[in-house]
Amino acid sequence: MQALTSKAKQVSRKPMSFTERLYLPAIFKGMMITFSHIFKKKPTINYPEKQRPFSPVFRGMQILNRDEEGRENCTACGLCAVACPAEAITMEAAERQAGEENLYREEKYAAKYEINMLRCIFCGLCEEACPKDAIYLSETFAPADYQRKQFVYAKNELLIPHPKENPEAYKKALGNRANKSTVN
Amino acid sequence: MLLAIDLGLVIEKLILIVVVISASLVIAMYTTFAERKVAAILQDRRGPNRAGPFGLLQPLADGLKLFFKEEIIPDFSNKFLFILGPALAMLTAMMTSAIIPWGDKVELFGREISLQITDVNVGILYVFGVVSLGVYGIMIGSWASNNKFSLMGGLRAASQIISYELAMGISIIALLMVTGTLSLKEMVVQQQAGYWNIVKQPLGFLIFLICAFAECNRTPFDLPEAENELIGGYHTEYSSMKLGFFLFAEYINMFVSSVIMATLFFGGYDIPFFNEATLSPNIAAILGIVALMAKVVFFIFLFMWVRWTIPRFRYDQLMHLGWRILIPLALFNMLATGASILYFH
Repeated sequence: MQALTSKAKQVSRKPMSFTERLYLPAIFKGMMITFSHIFKKKPTINYPEKQRPFSPVFRGMQILNRDEEGRENCTACGLCAVACPAEAITMEAAERQAGEENLYREEKYAAKYEINMLRCIFCGLCEEACPKDAIYLSETFAPADYQRKQFVYAKNELLIPHPKENPEAYKKALGNRANKSTVN
Repeated sequence: MLLAIDLGLVIEKLILIVVVISASLVIAMYTTFAERKVAAILQDRRGPNRAGPFGLLQPLADGLKLFFKEEIIPDFSNKFLFILGPALAMLTAMMTSAIIPWGDKVELFGREISLQITDVNVGILYVFGVVSLGVYGIMIGSWASNNKFSLMGGLRAASQIISYELAMGISIIALLMVTGTLSLKEMVVQQQAGYWNIVKQPLGFLIFLICAFAECNRTPFDLPEAENELIGGYHTEYSSMKLGFFLFAEYINMFVSSVIMATLFFGGYDIPFFNEATLSPNIAAILGIVALMAKVVFFIFLFMWVRWTIPRFRYDQLMHLGWRILIPLALFNMLATGASILYFH
């Protein structure tokens, strides 16, 4: 019969020799193999203490951005919600009142902005769609909670910390995005 | 004054019993931890490292978990025997440690205290008796569970112990012919003066080692609890601390058989290439205990090392190895030992 592949190997059926039938050399060989594994490098990373380095294009959880003075960038245009293939984003727009200029950058802002993290597929299309650089995907990931409804993140959970009031947390939340050239 | 009881002796033996029992419990506890760690390291994993520094509190957490688990006694089981099973397994596992010489004498408060609970003159026979009783715990427990998988496990344990006890006994006879004594203490003293018994009985040691693996129900002889064919084997129906007792008894057995192997073949508390008589007795005794423990740690590691290397036997292979290879080999070893003793004397 013609072999189907060139990898076929003839199995040796010859009876075992005396040393082979003792099995002890084979057992010893096997034990040496397991012993050599003691000195091998462990591939596991001790996760919470140590983290794998992210690639620069890593897409984690969304963050709503502010400008340098701490004003929210989002104008509730809804482009992100339209772009979202998982339909995870909902928002309600509102008009900026007089005296709120230090809170919102433009005349229109998102009164309500919600992302359902259970629906989100972290594709980053919202970030690409945003004309105001108001939403981007951070390096935070693996959210944990006890209830499903708590995975619908509201604005207070999504907003980046205030750059003036809490500069350290702002820097941290900005992540390596601080080093990237921002497109505006 | 036939009834003059030496109160000091009673107290010192009581203290020794408490120390030995609690020490073997703690060692067995940490053997479970070591097993998990060794398994992990041999498989390129990290193993438990969350509870306490380096995961050292893991056995406590495991024990606590077992205590808080629901205690289930099946309706269809024989309740008395169901409880007796694990109790007996634990009891017999602990009993063997009574005759092991843990070290030489120490001098405390002007008394000479022997670091051996009792030096029975039929020492090794006592070990055999108690170890054979150990299988009753498994058998009774498995039968009382009224579960076919448990019963299969129990049957396997019983037939395995019977098969391997024979080869073990015959390999010990050859050792006894060399040493001429049944007392473990005397064997150690002899080995301190001369060579270790492993030199005189290498084949005997190999047979004893294989049989010890079989008697402890360790891989490759873990057929009684073969988890992928018998669910959990003899402890299928057990839960909570009764399961813990069964598992714990296995580790104590492992510890005790390591001690016995070290004592019989590797000089017990003897430090190699070193004359203990040059030191003060207390320091010599402490160093002796350390030496014994080092040997024991090696054997326990060997148990684990083999477990994570060699797969389980098939049942007929187990019987074949026991009856058709080990027993003839042990008989041959006995005859060869007898012949050489006859030739050299």
